[in-house]
Amino acid sequence: MSAPAQVSAAPARRFSGRSKRVLPGFGLSLGISLFFVSLVLLLPLSGLVVETSGMTWDQFWFTITDPRVVESYKVTLWTALAASLFNGVFGLLLAWVLVRYDFPGKRILDAFVDLPFALPTAVAGITLATLFAQNGWYGQWLAKLGIEVAFTPLGIVVAMAFTSIPFVVRTVQPVLEELSPADEEAAVSLGASDGRVFRKVIFPSLWPALVTGIALSFTRSLGEFGAIIFIAGNTPYVSEVTSLMVFIRLQEYDYAAASAIASVVLLASLVLLFSINLWQGRYLRRLEGR
Amino acid sequence: MSITIDQISKTFGRFQALKDVSLEIPEGKLTALLGPSGSGKTTLLRIIAGLESSDSGRILFGGDDVSNLHVRDRNIGFVFQHYALFRHLTVAENIAFGLESLPRKQRPTKSEIRQRVAKLLEMIQLPQLAGRYPAQLSGGQKQRVALARALATQPRILLLDEPFGALDAKVRKDLRRWLRALHDEFHFTSIFVTHDQEEALELSDQVVVMSQGQVEQVNEPTDLYARPESRFVFDFLGHVNVVSGVVKHHKLVQGDAWVSLPGQKSDQEAQLYLRPHEVHLARAPAIHARLPLRIEAISLIGSEVRIELVPVGWNSDEIWEVGMSHNEFARHNPSRGELWYAVPDIGHLFVADSAQPRSVDWAYTTAANASNM
Repeated sequence: MSAPAQVSAAPARRFSGRSKRVLPGFGLSLGISLFFVSLVLLLPLSGLVVETSGMTWDQFWFTITDPRVVESYKVTLWTALAASLFNGVFGLLLAWVLVRYDFPGKRILDAFVDLPFALPTAVAGITLATLFAQNGWYGQWLAKLGIEVAFTPLGIVVAMAFTSIPFVVRTVQPVLEELSPADEEAAVSLGASDGRVFRKVIFPSLWPALVTGIALSFTRSLGEFGAIIFIAGNTPYVSEVTSLMVFIRLQEYDYAAASAIASVVLLASLVLLFSINLWQGRYLRRLEGR
Repeated sequence: MSITIDQISKTFGRFQALKDVSLEIPEGKLTALLGPSGSGKTTLLRIIAGLESSDSGRILFGGDDVSNLHVRDRNIGFVFQHYALFRHLTVAENIAFGLESLPRKQRPTKSEIRQRVAKLLEMIQLPQLAGRYPAQLSGGQKQRVALARALATQPRILLLDEPFGALDAKVRKDLRRWLRALHDEFHFTSIFVTHDQEEALELSDQVVVMSQGQVEQVNEPTDLYARPESRFVFDFLGHVNVVSGVVKHHKLVQGDAWVSLPGQKSDQEAQLYLRPHEVHLARAPAIHARLPLRIEAISLIGSEVRIELVPVGWNSDEIWEVGMSHNEFARHNPSRGELWYAVPDIGHLFVADSAQPRSVDWAYTTAANASNM
């Protein structure tokens, strides 16, 4: 009884291509991948840096701390946070229903989850704006309750939530499918209540996927443009998002300023994604015993 | 706490997993549910646990009907085949799970829980692994932790679903012995499911052989092996050599082979079942049987030499196996390809479609014949 160390012996992170692999051509495939990533991701990003490098530090600082822009950061952040948290709850529920229950129309509902990805965001924005307008299908009822959605920050939340919900559903769903029913049965046989089973057994397994889904949803919302501008009303200092500020600078042919503001959004997204990855790596390492 | 299983039936769609099963599980004993896959043994175990509900019938624990009681209220310990340890909890946290799940009034204090967990870790001989995560343990260690977790709340009944199925042979043997010792010390009522006959016979006080959703035989291990009550139990427990033929003139005949069956009516189909140790080999046919066989393979490993043979001039669905002591082997020195004759000492005869066998003892009949001559 003394060989726990063997569990993690197989090295998953191998660099050299000397061992036997299913697909040949490690060097070639890695090269193509890196080339492609450079072409579609890194090059445009460096363009962003090059564009801003024309500015002095003061100019840069002045551009990104313009009061109207700063206000847009605030609006974008809290709406994206609200939308992604809403998606965290609702997306988890949706994934749960899709995995755990059988009902007529399940396949169709499953397909509908991807609709926000398939739909052009502008179309989504216009549709939402129409629905939530004062005289729209939803808007007229909400108006009676004194809730205004269209052309307010609340509209931004709705648009963000709509466009990014698939991220949560699609990251949580496979993890939920792979949960072993024996784990839950074990917990129940040990006398745990349903709530305790969910909190102590199911949720800890879902947690990393859920956080990833929420983070993806959040970063997507930070950059969302098409769906938002039609419903946000775009009132300065109230319902302007940062991507709109970038767009406005572009319309003024101020490419440097547009790049500067864009770089702030980019940095925020990258920092978030990297830290989520780091945290998750640590958590998963523990589960896999490395 | 004894367990009574009263006329339990269960179907999954069109498949009938259990057909009207009734069974008594004695208190404080280790009972094995033995059967091939699809025999309903795991389903029965899960119904006893309350993880599955039966279509009809009742389950009683010590006389109390628990059929409608939820799993969490049945106070049982259940050990799963693949351990089902909580991956994100340490070994100690896993073991404490049941105690922490108790209703507030019955729940021990934090320090009491810590003490109890330490004691259980001592019992499973893994106190040094309290802080490890399940992924850092070997299969045998995981199964011990699963067992400690199931025993933490001191259940009245311990149920184990193929507890050693996923382990390699060596660890399996160790763990079996350890479980037996643990059981002898604490005397909880336990039931374990297995498809491994050796495991069932070695570990249990009572074996329940199941096939196709029904109980075939319930017996102590020694009786079960010595006196199987049906063809199924015969086939399932260990190797068996079969002579299948027609009875004519007090002989079971098939091709060139025959076995004398004094007093048996003629013109009946019959099968004679012979365990490897109930037959010996000779260079010439005996007075009471002529079963020519050719040696196909000889296996020297083990306490006995195992010889595999194929019939010559008659047929058998399966290969024949005869055991021989190493001493005898050295004396007779049989080799591959040689023609030998099997001489049955004791046999079990199934006539026509009867389910129950009749024992035949040639030592007695031949002795009687010899004195008559």
